[in-house]
Amino acid sequence: MKSSVEIVKAPEGHSGAGFFASSFDEVIGIARSNSLWPLPFATSCCGIEFMATMGSHYDIARFGSERPSFSPRQADILMVMGTIAKKMAPIVKQVYLQMAEPRWVMAMGACASSGGIFDSYSVLQGIDRIIPVDVYVPGCPPRPEQVIDGLMQIQELARNESLRRRNSDEYQQLLQSYNIQ
Amino acid sequence: MLTNQEVAEDLLKKFGDDVFDFEEPYGLLTLTTTREQAIPMLEYLFHHEKFQANFLTDLTGIHYPDSEGKEFAVVYHVHSLVHNFRVRIKVFLAEADIHIPTATGLYASANWMERETYDFFGILFDGHPNLKRILNIEEMDYFPMRRQYPLEDSTREDKIDALFGR
Ligand code: SF4
Repeated sequence: MKSSVEIVKAPEGHSGAGFFASSFDEVIGIARSNSLWPLPFATSCCGIEFMATMGSHYDIARFGSERPSFSPRQADILMVMGTIAKKMAPIVKQVYLQMAEPRWVMAMGACASSGGIFDSYSVLQGIDRIIPVDVYVPGCPPRPEQVIDGLMQIQELARNESLRRRNSDEYQQLLQSYNIQ
Repeated sequence: MLTNQEVAEDLLKKFGDDVFDFEEPYGLLTLTTTREQAIPMLEYLFHHEKFQANFLTDLTGIHYPDSEGKEFAVVYHVHSLVHNFRVRIKVFLAEADIHIPTATGLYASANWMERETYDFFGILFDGHPNLKRILNIEEMDYFPMRRQYPLEDSTREDKIDALFGR
């Protein structure tokens, strides 16, 4: 029976009779990108849209993210969805600090990206003021398709990231700029 | 059924000159009293044989920056669940002396609402068991709901022109 399930294409490499040689960078990148466990940090309306994204209709399980991790230690992506009040900011940062490398961050919606309509004394004007963000998903709220697109962008980053990136000076400097050791 | 008239007359008889400025916006009995009589009045309404105003619906503050000597108001909304009757009590305070006795001895629910009123308006509830900020970050050094801030600081740079059209 013909199946419609597609299998990830093999990475570039050399193949011959009975062997296939590629680089760890490629293979691990593929493995990581197809099994990104999200930590949903949902604080308001955008979280509702995430529920739709998670559910069977849009189903981010199709991208290997079927397992929302409510422990930061086993999570790969921090998905911040919703308004982050200044009082909540240290908690977001704490969650980020508890995640193991490699970790990615998605800011979903106008609020997480920039404070959104809440241009106010009590709201953090974008989570990139406290933690580095990899992908911003615009919208108020973004539709599930956009969230999936954001996830696919992160997959792309994960697939193409060199294994040494997290040790690079540039990356260390980025963390330094957020006062993260 | 309790009428506004009946409650107002009773309060006038009990508190005399200390209760004034009666109003009935949207049919809600509203009156003003002094700081000294605020808690006795709440207690009186609570323990009153007939009224039994046993529920504190709301407690909040208002800032009137331009009315000298009466810059702040504390507003109590009480509700008699027995009669489904509501009354609103206002107390005006001067900015220089922004103290009022706590209502926590009478209503446990005043604990949260007084902390909130302190958090946003800086009104000091004397005798409150734990008067500190409740919703805002602890490091905040101003009271955000006071009407004394410009709508926007024109020198801010965190929302730049290119992205936010400023
Ligand atoms: S971006 Fe819009 S939908 Fe999302 S949390 Fe903010 S206000 Fe709600």
